[in-house]
Amino acid sequence: MSKIIEGYYYSESHEYVKVEGNMGFVGITDHAQHELGNVVYVDMPEVDDEVNAGEEFGAVESVKAASDLFSPVSGTVVEVNEALDDEPGLVNKDAYENWIMKVEMSDASELENLMDAAAYKAFIGE
Amino acid sequence: MSEEMKMTCLHDKHVALGALMSPFGGFDMPIQYKGIVEEHNAVRNQVGVFDVSHMGEVEITGPEAEKFVNYIFTNDITDAPVGKIYYGMMLYPNGGTVDDLLVYKMGENDLFLVINAANIDKDVAWILEQAKDFNVTVDHQSDKYGQLAVQGPDSETVLKSVLELDATDLVFYTFKTMEYDGETIIVSRTGYTGEDGFEIYASHAAINKMWDLLIAADVQPCGLGCRDTLRFEVGLPLYGDELSAEISPIEATLGIFVKLDKQGGFIGQEACAKQKAEGSAKKLVGLELHDKAIARHGYEVLKDDKVVGYVTTGYRGISVEGKSLAFALVDRAVGNLGDELSVKIRKKVFGATIVKKKFYKKSYKK
Repeated sequence: MSKIIEGYYYSESHEYVKVEGNMGFVGITDHAQHELGNVVYVDMPEVDDEVNAGEEFGAVESVKAASDLFSPVSGTVVEVNEALDDEPGLVNKDAYENWIMKVEMSDASELENLMDAAAYKAFIGE
Repeated sequence: MSEEMKMTCLHDKHVALGALMSPFGGFDMPIQYKGIVEEHNAVRNQVGVFDVSHMGEVEITGPEAEKFVNYIFTNDITDAPVGKIYYGMMLYPNGGTVDDLLVYKMGENDLFLVINAANIDKDVAWILEQAKDFNVTVDHQSDKYGQLAVQGPDSETVLKSVLELDATDLVFYTFKTMEYDGETIIVSRTGYTGEDGFEIYASHAAINKMWDLLIAADVQPCGLGCRDTLRFEVGLPLYGDELSAEISPIEATLGIFVKLDKQGGFIGQEACAKQKAEGSAKKLVGLELHDKAIARHGYEVLKDDKVVGYVTTGYRGISVEGKSLAFALVDRAVGNLGDELSVKIRKKVFGATIVKKKFYKKSYKK
């Protein structure tokens, strides 16, 4: 049973957004990290990159394959989680603690297009 | 899952063990149980067991069995002793690869071919077509056999203590038939991991019994995920990646298994001889990237912004710690050891140095 946190927003491509003011912390869900297995590399954007909702912003590499990451929200990258450069396996340890990028959101209404915890739980069939 | 998806005789047991299942070569196969890294390390350091029942088997018998197999196979089995195993390829006349396979010398006029799951239908059709002019019988036996691979430094001990099979006398690339549970099985000292190990061919019932005993004895079940990382690290090719209808064994730098001077010749011989004499246009090389990003199958390889080839397999090393490694098929002119190339990974380009393809040293019992 995967961990899902109340109050976060979830995408169909298994990213989450934790919202604090106009900032969104984006990562992959616990369900996603479990499906991927050992994460060995996280391809992150750079600070000041513009990201668009629904568009690719990086990738998570498991031993077996690369999975593209799609940004759930639009905005500007203000920080990336540099700890993942040295220890990508942190994503497996706690996917919610170890977000991938922090985005200054340009359109908070985009959050309405995402799922809440209950909807995401149903979406992954748990 | 499509209706035609095949299952091995151990399929239900993989599902019960909670394996991540995925299609491979037409079969619904276990990719991992505990995790690719853990399973990989179990094989490098202790022992692991793989269900490789998806592999195909074809037995060739008759007065011209040796002559026929020599005609369709790149290695030379002339006067082979019973009990010996040969690795090589079946080729198209243009040198492209039909499949890579093992040939077991079972008896004077009896050869046992082990082929890749994804190629079973194609290979059997190819073999039957070539066999028309030879006095041989081609018997497709893939449905009859299950197969286990027990791999790792402890595999000899485990075979003896858990399965009561004493294979101590076998050296690398030899086999013997043994009695197990009232049937005759084939045990060979072979594998696809770079470690010491054995492959066992037996009935579905016997394979199930052996699997249960091994799992009960805490031998790590291993999926195709680590099978691929293990073979990759020691420089072994996978059909579909490093060999294909478009890639000859000369291009894949497997010329040692292509006996160009073999008496009587073989299909694809002329094409390979020409490639060897003139230098093939493409060449398989090893790459070590200067970054942690991983080069995956199909990614472009560049030299001075010009595409010179593509990646065939790439991983982050597990036994070769932390290195981002790959095989790539590149233009021969830029394919020398030490040459600097680059790989396009998503939107970025990363530098890479050509290195030897054997990233990790094999530990066979010779």
